[in-house]
Amino acid sequence: MQSIHVDTFDDWRDAARRLLASGVSPTDVQWIGGTERSLFDDEPSPTAADLGGEGTTPSVPKAFLELARYVASHRESGRWSLLYRTLWRLTHGERHLLEVTTDDDVYRLTQMRKAVSRDIHKMKAFVRFRKVDTIDAEEQFVAWHRSDHRILRLAAPFFARRFSGMHWSILTPDESVTWDQTSLHYGPGVPASEAPSEDALEDLWKAYYASIFNPARVKVAAMKREMPVRHWPTLPEAELIDDLLREAPARADAMIQTNEGFAETAAHFMPEHGDLVSLRQAASTCRACPLHQCATQTVFGEGSPTARIVLVGEQPGDREDIEGHPFVGPAGKLLDEALKQAGIERREVYITNVVKHFKFRETETPRGKRRLHQKPDSREIYACRPWLEAELAAIGPQVIVCLGATAAQALFGRDFAITKDRGNVMRTDWCDITIATWHPAAILRMQDAARQSQMRTQLVEDLASVK
Amino acid sequence: MDVRDKLQVLADAAKYDASCASSGAKTTRPGSTIGSTEGMGICHSYTPDGRCVSLLKILLTNYCIYDCQYCVNRISSDTPRARFTVDEVVSLTMEFYKRNYIEGLFLSSGIIQTSDYTMEQLIAVAKKLRTEQRYGGYIHLKTIPNASQSLIEEAGLWADRLSVNIELPTEGDLYKLAPEKKKPQIEGAMAGIRDKIDETKQEQKAGFKPPRFTPAGQSTQMIVGATDAPDVEVLKTASQLYSVQNLRRVYYSAYSPIPHADARLPGQSPPLVREHRLYQADWLIRFYGFDASEIVAEADQNLSLDIDPKLAWALANRHYFPVDVNKASREELLRVPGIGARNVKRILNIRRFQSLASGDMKKLRVAWNRAKFFVLTANHNPALLNLDKLDLRSKAEPKTKQLMLFDAASSALSGEV
Repeated sequence: MQSIHVDTFDDWRDAARRLLASGVSPTDVQWIGGTERSLFDDEPSPTAADLGGEGTTPSVPKAFLELARYVASHRESGRWSLLYRTLWRLTHGERHLLEVTTDDDVYRLTQMRKAVSRDIHKMKAFVRFRKVDTIDAEEQFVAWHRSDHRILRLAAPFFARRFSGMHWSILTPDESVTWDQTSLHYGPGVPASEAPSEDALEDLWKAYYASIFNPARVKVAAMKREMPVRHWPTLPEAELIDDLLREAPARADAMIQTNEGFAETAAHFMPEHGDLVSLRQAASTCRACPLHQCATQTVFGEGSPTARIVLVGEQPGDREDIEGHPFVGPAGKLLDEALKQAGIERREVYITNVVKHFKFRETETPRGKRRLHQKPDSREIYACRPWLEAELAAIGPQVIVCLGATAAQALFGRDFAITKDRGNVMRTDWCDITIATWHPAAILRMQDAARQSQMRTQLVEDLASVK
Repeated sequence: MDVRDKLQVLADAAKYDASCASSGAKTTRPGSTIGSTEGMGICHSYTPDGRCVSLLKILLTNYCIYDCQYCVNRISSDTPRARFTVDEVVSLTMEFYKRNYIEGLFLSSGIIQTSDYTMEQLIAVAKKLRTEQRYGGYIHLKTIPNASQSLIEEAGLWADRLSVNIELPTEGDLYKLAPEKKKPQIEGAMAGIRDKIDETKQEQKAGFKPPRFTPAGQSTQMIVGATDAPDVEVLKTASQLYSVQNLRRVYYSAYSPIPHADARLPGQSPPLVREHRLYQADWLIRFYGFDASEIVAEADQNLSLDIDPKLAWALANRHYFPVDVNKASREELLRVPGIGARNVKRILNIRRFQSLASGDMKKLRVAWNRAKFFVLTANHNPALLNLDKLDLRSKAEPKTKQLMLFDAASSALSGEV
């Protein structure tokens, strides 16, 4: 019986090669790992060179060497003898042994290899670099990680390829490694207490982690299987898990309870044919939002069915609601004047609103009831918008002029700011030339006379620019 | 609003998107100094919903001019809004990546101004990462509906993967829930990507070195359970996308309740088991040679929820069995419940040297409790006597519902059934 000390895969390979060449059977060797001691501790165990036997070793499948390299990193003490026994069998009549994954030895090796591969995979995933201050200007990153097996040397080249333009170190209790943008340097193990303890960015990372979690789909077992609890101490986001889980049921309930909007939109009232006559007819009975309940009637768009320019306002006002036509009140008068000054005939254009019913609040005044205009909310706007889109589709204008922020936001999106982008020509999905300008009512409401006249001039200029 | 606030709004808005894989780009971009695409399927964290965090999945903005009912970002929703600048996204991606928090970036956006304008913003992020930061990690861009072909082609130069979301399984569903989105436009965009990928491959074959174009191919996402479209429709649409558009992946996303949900949708918990069955069925179509119509055997055209689709198929096609594990062809073995594609490969390998008994099957970790009713092995297999019995279904189905939910997540990933 021979006792052989091995620490690394290379030790084992050298020894195994010689033993095999000398025809030493697996039953005649005792393999002793680096930290283990043999019964005969005092006797110096022979090193690979002492074993002699320079004869040629038979070739082994390449797959075995790769398998052995992984298994060598496993912490189980029996790995060296298991590897040698398998090597022996491979070279003594069982050349295809590795294919027989149901064989007991191969099965055990495969399981060990799987454990090592999984551990490497988890290291690639769960190493968390922390940025540390350095003397020179270069950023320096350090991670501390505890792996199940001794895999640092198998995993480090991956990090060198991935973070080649960075200075980094990975510390583990067994060993450490540093990358200086050229090569890997291995050193002794480092306890967790010597690793950097924080990184300013972890707060942002935790904010992301908490936000990407969907409380409506809790699956704790799946999480724990893939992210074993023993890794949690080095994962900054793990400290959020308890709270997230505790709050999840209430958050999911709240998501289900709070719905908004209306059960229907104008799309449900669309006529079979999309011409303006059919649309106007269908819109007169629209009940997509509650605004139809108080308004006198639907105020649909009017003007030339072949108009080059379509003007879009917000919603009909008091006068429009009673008369049933768009822009016939004070704001309409102002718009008429502006169109005339810009050299545009009102009968050549098509004028409509984003919302087709008047929204108002009734107040008591000494002279009776008064109807105060109220801005439509986003739900009302988007319940009504299909009418506007149908009008635009029927006309196919070359220019759309949005009057005021509500109309502009309906077509450009809610981040549109009229003070910033007024008068700029933009392309939308409805028309290549779409601009936004002041709503005539906004000009009428402006208290400052100078500002009012400036806005009026701008309205005329904007209209003239698309004439 | 600072970056942290924006991150909260814009990650929250992206959490309903199912796709997360970062695989498929075989080589890392030459010349990159930070980031690689060699690590297939590295998940850097997991949230309590059992889903992995592999990518920084965010929206550039959640402002949107569209009004898709199933989407929390539709224009008529009162959800809080935010918008990242291009530089903010570039910096977040680089800083997260350098700390090994993420495997890459998944960038999507609500539609602002026009489709083309929005697409240009997404491209600007990817281009900056590649050219200024020399970033070689994974980038997945969600293309914007109706964006022009030239922009999609530019996006493909910088991204590893592009996706065009089909959103809903049928044209009628789209008409009802996403009136602005049209199936021909969606499929037109997919075809545009496919053509460009094919063109790139042909040039490579001819010995040229064309610029990289979406080396990880294209994928799509379909929302399930927001409409009453049955599973057979979902799977038919998916298999058509695999064959016609050559997609790498179709992601199925159980319709999840969203805050600010549109009243037109029913509030409900997401049908997670159904989503899981669809992933299993999808796998059967792609790797097991099944056809969409034969997988769905139930009268209501939906997959059975209590047993997996391969077992359901086997129970309905018992004349096909028993299959002899020592003699059957690869195609036949693939149809045995409980034996996955990897184990089929192992079985074919092993039996060149020795025949397999039921003990060997257990060692291979096939799901013997399901497989045993359908296979002949080298030794006596008493379970086979049940093959023609009426109560086979109750014997073969999982013993408790809990057990099924347990293995749901992992087999949704591996697809082994």
